[in-house]
Amino acid sequence: MSTKLVPTPGQTVGPFYGYALPFEKDNELLAPGSPGSIRLQGTVYDGAGHTIPDAILEIWQPDAGGNVVQRTGSLVRDGYTFTGWGRGAVGNSGVFTFTTVNPGPTKPGAAPFISVALFARGLTNRLFTRIYLPEDTEALANDPLLSSLDPERRETLIARRDPDGGLTWDIRLQGEGETVFLDFQ
Amino acid sequence: MPEDITAELESEELVPPAEPKAAHQPLDKAIESQADLSAEINAIGETYQRALKDGGLPETQPRLDYPPYRSSILRHPTKSLQHADPETIELYSPAFGHQDVHALESDLTIQHNGEPLGERIIVAGKVLDGDGRPVAGQLVEIWQANSSGRYIHKRDQHPAPIDPNFTGIGRCITGPDGSYRFVTIKPGAYPWKNHLNAWRPAHIHFSLFGTEFTQRIITQMYFPGDQLFPLDPIYQTIVDQDARDRLVATYDHSLTEPEWALGYNWDIVLTGPKRTWTENEALGAEGDEE
Repeated sequence: MSTKLVPTPGQTVGPFYGYALPFEKDNELLAPGSPGSIRLQGTVYDGAGHTIPDAILEIWQPDAGGNVVQRTGSLVRDGYTFTGWGRGAVGNSGVFTFTTVNPGPTKPGAAPFISVALFARGLTNRLFTRIYLPEDTEALANDPLLSSLDPERRETLIARRDPDGGLTWDIRLQGEGETVFLDFQ
Repeated sequence: MPEDITAELESEELVPPAEPKAAHQPLDKAIESQADLSAEINAIGETYQRALKDGGLPETQPRLDYPPYRSSILRHPTKSLQHADPETIELYSPAFGHQDVHALESDLTIQHNGEPLGERIIVAGKVLDGDGRPVAGQLVEIWQANSSGRYIHKRDQHPAPIDPNFTGIGRCITGPDGSYRFVTIKPGAYPWKNHLNAWRPAHIHFSLFGTEFTQRIITQMYFPGDQLFPLDPIYQTIVDQDARDRLVATYDHSLTEPEWALGYNWDIVLTGPKRTWTENEALGAEGDEE
């Protein structure tokens, strides 16, 4: 057995990540318009219901077949390699956008989801959450996390399907409709 | 990357009209003083100390709800974090490699034509997981203010000089032993508007990935002996002194290079891991534990 070490604390991402963390095509896991690509979008709200302009999200997901991808190249996208990871800063109106694919179930009957890490000025540590696809209601009902939540709260983790095939999923940091955030420890 | 940055640096947008006098005026008559903030910070600290004495467990991470950091008031969840067992995708991390990051990106002093101003430093250490295993081949990103305490960011209005030879962004991929190393300039303290006369201790932002997405973290590294520590509501979001100390680098003369740069050591420990390691992934014989 190795010795357990105490983890280093997190700190807020602060206000000035904008020249450091974003990179070209950071939110394009696939080229927009390519076969199978969808738009994932949403808005980040604070406890007063105001949109917040200084948050940045990362998504990490399996491919359409439910496979966990372990390919490099996210920071220098070649337009062909799906790496499963993307980063998207919200704009001035608090809206984020990704181009990605619908994640597949990682095993038969599992509810497909996208893993999310959220960072913001005023948020003292990153928050984790999940974006579930809305379609497979049986899988959603059997999902261990979702079934542990009150019906009202579990809705915060399920995206809406847009008419164009995309997904909309908002984040509420605080208050009514507060998004469920996760603790893995 | 450096080309883009140079272009950005030279755009007028990034150099706000100099209004040094205006910036020195308190913006709001009702603005709070450092004494007000320090009283709040100390009260929270004392309550925590009492809880510790009464057998409470040490807190190792910042509090999400920490009112002295005013921007956090409307931005912290009020409900407890929901415990979840990480599943599939969360038990893996995105893969980065030398395709993603050029070796020269770890030297923040060579991104322009001239030498940046300030005290040249080397910041080096290791990224480890909670079991002490090195996190190899993973992405480390840093960003920071220049030696005058000014960020290359449109919204930074601090009337300290921009350094045309310093952007303040670095990246590297950790070595097989989890090691990272940056050459940079010691950042200056930075004023902000949390309260009147609020100053951030000098710090470097670090962004880290582990072997699992559950280990993802962004944090800040500080320099030893900074007099601003007790006054800073962001550093103090971590209420435990031992935990706060984990963000402070150590001056390390063995990292210092003669007639070149001062060396600081800072090791980072991530949470977990949660995944059961397979024989292939395990390093040595300790891989079969759960």
